[in-house]
Amino acid sequence: MSGSEQNQHPLSIYYSVWILLFVVSGFSYAVDYYQLQGTLRWTLILIFMFVKAYFITAIFMHMTWERKALQLAILLPPIFVAVFIGLMAIEGDYTFLTRVEFFTESDFVPVYHNSGAEH
Amino acid sequence: MSDAPMTEAVEAGDTFAGAVVDYSADKQAFHVPWGKAMMWIFLLSDTFIFSTFLIGYMTVRMSVQDPWPLTSEVFALSMGGEPIPLLLIAIMTFILITSSGTMAMAVNMGYRKEKEKTFWLMVATAVLGASFVGMQMFEWTKLIVDEGVRPWYNPMGAAQFGSAFFMITGFHGLHVTGGVIYLLVVAFRVKNGFYERRGNNYEIVEIAGLYWHFVDLVWVFIFAFFYLW
Repeated sequence: MSGSEQNQHPLSIYYSVWILLFVVSGFSYAVDYYQLQGTLRWTLILIFMFVKAYFITAIFMHMTWERKALQLAILLPPIFVAVFIGLMAIEGDYTFLTRVEFFTESDFVPVYHNSGAEH
Repeated sequence: MSDAPMTEAVEAGDTFAGAVVDYSADKQAFHVPWGKAMMWIFLLSDTFIFSTFLIGYMTVRMSVQDPWPLTSEVFALSMGGEPIPLLLIAIMTFILITSSGTMAMAVNMGYRKEKEKTFWLMVATAVLGASFVGMQMFEWTKLIVDEGVRPWYNPMGAAQFGSAFFMITGFHGLHVTGGVIYLLVVAFRVKNGFYERRGNNYEIVEIAGLYWHFVDLVWVFIFAFFYLW
């Protein structure tokens, strides 16, 4: 699988992926152009992003044709990034609530802090 | 293990069993040229760098109280008086994808030992990359001079917008600039027969290609998270 025999696939596969990336990028841009909002916007952005990332890695970077040992070595470690994203999302949320609590001039108090007891 | 005959798939390293055999073989684990393995490992480390930038951006964006500027309007470009949202960024995206396409073909031509075509496709890739950097300079100038955005200040809202923007796009632009230089060096070595004298081996074109595709890959994430989100 590795070595030179993998690299003799016809150019047509590159043209196809190239066109596909163009079209999907067009879709991404359309999401902004037509000002889609909310969950629909975020879902579409993520779907188009992962489709593009998959084809660039798999075809342009030849990952599909590599041996499993290399695929696992490169594609598994980014899972840690997902953990990091989760941790920092919690942290960002906490920082925001702390700022609301202590740095806001208004008497706005988050609802769930206000359940019954004197604040 | 010893009495179980290896299937063809295991021998080709296509299955998880094949990966286990590769890893436990007490010899070279990755059956690729060392330069390619090292480029992949470098790109993995670069993935972590860009991930931390984007995660930092996510954290500050979640925690700011000032409004975040509308990227769709900030990066709009006026065409005949009517501002078209995010136009410059869209053009930059298409340029980078096109350069990835020409690079993929350059790699293919390299393996076919078509020196002349490989050279010109790599030069085309570098020219597209350089024009990407040029547009980024235009974008930075617009933001710094016209809008007054600084890494520590932003008249349109949250100051963190400036620091995240300059940090993330600046580091990516630095990668593109380095890539353009790298591609040109390899391209001219292809042309003057440097690799021909070293066993007629054009693996280096694929390695340079990996780096270039990675730069495009990072832009996919920046485009989604910074400009569209």
